[in-house]
Amino acid sequence: MLFKVNSIFTLAFFTDPDVTLGAKLLEVILIVMGLITIYNGIKNLLDKSNPARIGTAVFWCALGIVLALGRWLPPIASGILVIIMTIPAIFKQVKMGKSNAPTPEEEKANFDKIGMKIFIPALTIGVSAILFALLTKLGALVGIGFGIILSIVLLMIYSRDNKPKVFLDDSARLLSVVGPLSMLPMLLASLGAVFTKSGVGEVIAELVGKVVPEGNVNVGIIVFAIGMALFTMIMGNAFAAITVMTVGIGHPFVLAHGADPVVIGMVALTAGYCGTLCTPMAANFNIVPVAMLDMKDRFGVIKNQYIPAIILLIFQIIYMIILK
Amino acid sequence: MELVKLLGVLVVVVGFALKLDSILIVVAAAIVSAAVGGLGVEGLLETLGTSFVNNRSMAIFILIMLVTGTLERNGLKEAAANLIRKVKRASAGAVIGAYGIMRGIFAAFNVSFGGVAGFVRPIIMPMAVGAIEASGNEPHEDHVETVKGMASGMENIAWFFCQVLFVGGGGALLVQSTLKDLGYEVDLIDLAVVEIPIAIFAVLVGITYYFLKDKRMVRKYYGNKVAKED
Repeated sequence: MLFKVNSIFTLAFFTDPDVTLGAKLLEVILIVMGLITIYNGIKNLLDKSNPARIGTAVFWCALGIVLALGRWLPPIASGILVIIMTIPAIFKQVKMGKSNAPTPEEEKANFDKIGMKIFIPALTIGVSAILFALLTKLGALVGIGFGIILSIVLLMIYSRDNKPKVFLDDSARLLSVVGPLSMLPMLLASLGAVFTKSGVGEVIAELVGKVVPEGNVNVGIIVFAIGMALFTMIMGNAFAAITVMTVGIGHPFVLAHGADPVVIGMVALTAGYCGTLCTPMAANFNIVPVAMLDMKDRFGVIKNQYIPAIILLIFQIIYMIILK
Repeated sequence: MELVKLLGVLVVVVGFALKLDSILIVVAAAIVSAAVGGLGVEGLLETLGTSFVNNRSMAIFILIMLVTGTLERNGLKEAAANLIRKVKRASAGAVIGAYGIMRGIFAAFNVSFGGVAGFVRPIIMPMAVGAIEASGNEPHEDHVETVKGMASGMENIAWFFCQVLFVGGGGALLVQSTLKDLGYEVDLIDLAVVEIPIAIFAVLVGITYYFLKDKRMVRKYYGNKVAKED
């Protein structure tokens, strides 16, 4: 029943002349992404080598449904699906089955056959995104989708072994490696929205307002950038910090006084990356390499990063002040 | 002022400090924040659902994975190794710098070669240590330790600051949606363009800092010998 209603809505959206072609194509891309995700769920459900078939399938299928049908689901239904997918994730029931990872020998043999022109399909996606953003009204994301199709075609021309199933199974493998963390970007963005709705931004703004004189944009920029770096250090992730900081500091102390949102909004994120370089909370980048390279000092990576991080933070603050 | 509204933020900070599961922390923070902010169950679910759906394009990496894995299968890493091995007769610091340039350029196209496990360990480290040996010195333990840290640092710096040049990357999408909620419309391509000078500067800072640091270490650990060869 739900699906029947949805399919009607789907058609109405795609034939609506008021919706731009770019928006329609983006929706197609989202549906394909959802289908890939659902494919991974079903593949794992049928994979007897997966130690947690049900949990894994629930996670990927729920994520896939929200990705593919989010536009047509009522918000509350999407919200329930989001909660449902977090349950197997929290209870560590999202696992991998047998892996089809290529062996070094296979990679070497393919390289001997294809050679350096393998870079062409690798770079196609980024080039296509830029060209679509600059030359069409369809948008960068549609460009990415087009670039991927082109890249697949090139790879299929290079080697007969690259059949559609190879692409599907390789992407399912990578998706399984990333695992439940693949929902984290969207979940963090949603946490930002919940924070905003609950009034966190206003409270932070009020707190900061006691120290920072409102109206002085330059001081606002400095506090925003350093705040981003520090908050990112605490959270270990600039994505987790950017929404709260933008709502709480960037908007009231900088943007509301007429500064350029492109410069301020974006550079604040990379100011946050300076914090990422300095924190053990960003374990993937700063702690895991220590283990992988058999280093003696647990902070060996961070000790080699904090000086460039400070230089870059200062540079970005000046950059924001000049370009605001 | 209602400090209690910051309880959700506190959950995040404490949760990460206790190294709890990231997804658990985020869900708990959302529930706590919704409770103290008076959103109610329905408000929480609706906000979660709406925002998750609005940010679906951040999952574009799932689509990109459609080719990433197969590119790797077809020898992308081998090709990258082949490219970087063209750097000859360099110091360890110069090897790291060359890798920084390569990684930065490819990061702008969202192309990675397997990170520390897949590339730095099997390819960059042997090249860097080989460079020390080629200068006629026995690699000093502390020097090698620093080279490991610098190679990871270059890997991170080039990736962080150059990947934002990829139009349609996750960071810019999040910024775009955050600004949209505040009433500002911005284009993805403009968000990428504004980062170009920062990306170039970041890679240059990394290269210069690691080159000089390596040079200082060479002088410290093998000082006399290098002086003789000069």
